[in-house]
Amino acid sequence: MRVVAAMSGGVDSAVSAARMLDAGHEVVGVHLALSRSAATLRESARGCCTIEDAGDARRVADRLGIPFYVWDLASRFERDVVEDFVAEYAAGRTPNPCLRCNERIKFAGLLDKAVALGFDAVATGHYARVVQGPSGRELHRAVDTAKDQSYVLGVLDAGQLARSFFPLGDSTKAQVREEAAERGFSVARKPDSHDICFIPDGNTRGWLTGRLGERPGELVDAATGAVVGTHAGTHGFTVGQRRGLGLDRSSLDGAARYVVEVDASSSRVVIGTAELLGVDVVEGDHLRWCGPAPADVVRMGAQVRAHGEEVPATAEVVTGEGGLPDAGAAPRVPASPRVRVRLDRRVRGVAPGQSVVLYDGTRVVGSATISGTGRA
Amino acid sequence: MTHYLDHAATTPMLPAAVEALAEQASRPGNASSLHGSGRAARAVVEESRERIAEESRERIAAVLGARPSEVVFTSGGTEADNLAVKGTYAARRAADPSRSRLVVSGIEHHAVLDPVEFLVEHGAEVSWLEPDRCGHISVDDLRRALAENSDDAALISVMWANNEVGTIQPVAELAALAREHGVPFHTDAVQAVAHLPVRFDDSGADLMTVSGHKVGGPLGVGALLARRDARLVPLLHGGGQERQVRSGTLDVPGIRSFAVALEETVAVRDVEAKRVMGLRDRLLEGAVGLGLGITVSGCWSPGDGTRRLPGNAHLLVPGCEGDSLLYLLDAAGVECSTGSACQAGVPQPSHVLLAMGHSEADARGALRLSLGHTSTEADVDAFLAALPGVVERARRAGGLL
Repeated sequence: MRVVAAMSGGVDSAVSAARMLDAGHEVVGVHLALSRSAATLRESARGCCTIEDAGDARRVADRLGIPFYVWDLASRFERDVVEDFVAEYAAGRTPNPCLRCNERIKFAGLLDKAVALGFDAVATGHYARVVQGPSGRELHRAVDTAKDQSYVLGVLDAGQLARSFFPLGDSTKAQVREEAAERGFSVARKPDSHDICFIPDGNTRGWLTGRLGERPGELVDAATGAVVGTHAGTHGFTVGQRRGLGLDRSSLDGAARYVVEVDASSSRVVIGTAELLGVDVVEGDHLRWCGPAPADVVRMGAQVRAHGEEVPATAEVVTGEGGLPDAGAAPRVPASPRVRVRLDRRVRGVAPGQSVVLYDGTRVVGSATISGTGRA
Repeated sequence: MTHYLDHAATTPMLPAAVEALAEQASRPGNASSLHGSGRAARAVVEESRERIAEESRERIAAVLGARPSEVVFTSGGTEADNLAVKGTYAARRAADPSRSRLVVSGIEHHAVLDPVEFLVEHGAEVSWLEPDRCGHISVDDLRRALAENSDDAALISVMWANNEVGTIQPVAELAALAREHGVPFHTDAVQAVAHLPVRFDDSGADLMTVSGHKVGGPLGVGALLARRDARLVPLLHGGGQERQVRSGTLDVPGIRSFAVALEETVAVRDVEAKRVMGLRDRLLEGAVGLGLGITVSGCWSPGDGTRRLPGNAHLLVPGCEGDSLLYLLDAAGVECSTGSACQAGVPQPSHVLLAMGHSEADARGALRLSLGHTSTEADVDAFLAALPGVVERARRAGGLL
């Protein structure tokens, strides 16, 4: 097959490209330019898209003897990922931009362009497995459970999955680094990138304030309804957050307080004690199925955040009016169908805007963007 | 079989230039490599090295219509442009603090634009000369700019021929006007030397940039031709080589190779320009004639090498992204360029095309094919044969965005 290997300049995508080549495919390396104002050098383990990273990717491609190109998806990335990220925070939700990037850039903008130019598929260095099942290709968790990235790939539909390769799914990170060293890749010991690539200093609140400005509001105690403080904008807060509330704990009862609700429409951040954080009903919209949609009420595993634990649950697709309140966030356009997930036990700190990804064993069934939470 | 149509980026070295480079590099020139041979031997080597450098300087000067003392060797075109812009500005300001204005064309190479912008950040003023739709700078515009700013202009810089769209500027007229106003005139002639009758003395310019790797010589060597009365503050301070204007031990192998390449290129220049122009016209007629909506940017009349470089073909392919076109042509064995500067490989819309009045959308589908001494009809035909399929595919990909 003719395959585009997406090469970030990191160790994972380097080994992924090498393995595709070893498997006999015709491989072309492509580095995605996602920012028009890329920095020259990496400054920390954060961020990914500097000119230095593009150069690292090129050196790996040279070593493999494959053609290498930089494709400019910067304007699409800005529109489909960055602006979405800002709008979600502005609406009081907590988005996961990596999921959006996979859904709209890597396995849409990049994949569609590759197909139009005559390629058959895209390969990336994600840790996940594609398995041939009875009714087509299935997406499964990686063997290395600590590195498993099937959560951020839960947005892929069957058509996208049919043209995707994840050659690292059967390996551990340690094996991949070792292989990179054996292959003589200069990136073998390069640190992993973390956090959000377009916020290189890791200061999400500061970055959002730069985009959205200060939007002051009140901190409200869930138990009493009393105003206990002020804040500079709801975009600085996420359900489950404990730090950065700026509370004088002595004025309360001494117990730790958490964000339990973010209401962008009234600029209110509601805080409460730990027990208010637990939810066992999660509802989501923006459904994406990796294969056929489940027809009925089914038993599944549910994961509600990127590095969270999987919880046994019952999932059901529901349509029509009703549904849980969106934890005070701005009302969404009524989206149907939705998925309602009843967790077997309570989970703390489930933030609207994150995704719930459903699993059947190791197989990814699909995902939804969390629109509301509650207690049964 | 690959077809190299990117001579404006770097033209392959001429065999004689490769030979000169290798021969000079293999001569013992480093004092530390002369174990035990004493001061006398070292003196002989240094003398011979200096002799080669000075001979090369004379050969380059002769070919370009300059005096040997007017040749200031540099590490290439970028350094020469920087020296011309920053060095002149600093010298003029030092002599007369009111001379704070640069008069510069909007279609210069980044090696001129970026030093200008650097100086603007440090207090310089700038008057931009914008091109017409064809990519030409008008003498009247310079006259107007000088009439408005005759008291504070420190330097005028207008390139001889543009690196993207190949348009040739009226350098002699611009330089004459500059002289009337007593303002130093610099021209970047990097793209012009291989195919146009470039003579420093006849041009009337005070400063002129040339580069080795655009004329079949090596990378990493170039020169600023500077009239003996040109005042320049050095960029590189040190041992005082090169007229006290540019310090650093000379790259003698590179300089010798540059001289050989330049002599050889200029010896066949007129014949070669005509030959290459025939290929260019064949390419442009073929591309425009495909009926795919492809247009030529900048002025072009078949058989004319006075308004546009003989070897430059620049196309706008509507509905396509430059990176898709490059990939597909590469896969078909044709190497070319979008012609504009890249940042992390991200094609920025060309400032030259925007200055000529093209939209950002048009500028995204730009394709530069530049011909030179190795180009053949087979190269042009391979490009034309690949083009319809390439455009169809690239349009499919472009329509997705």
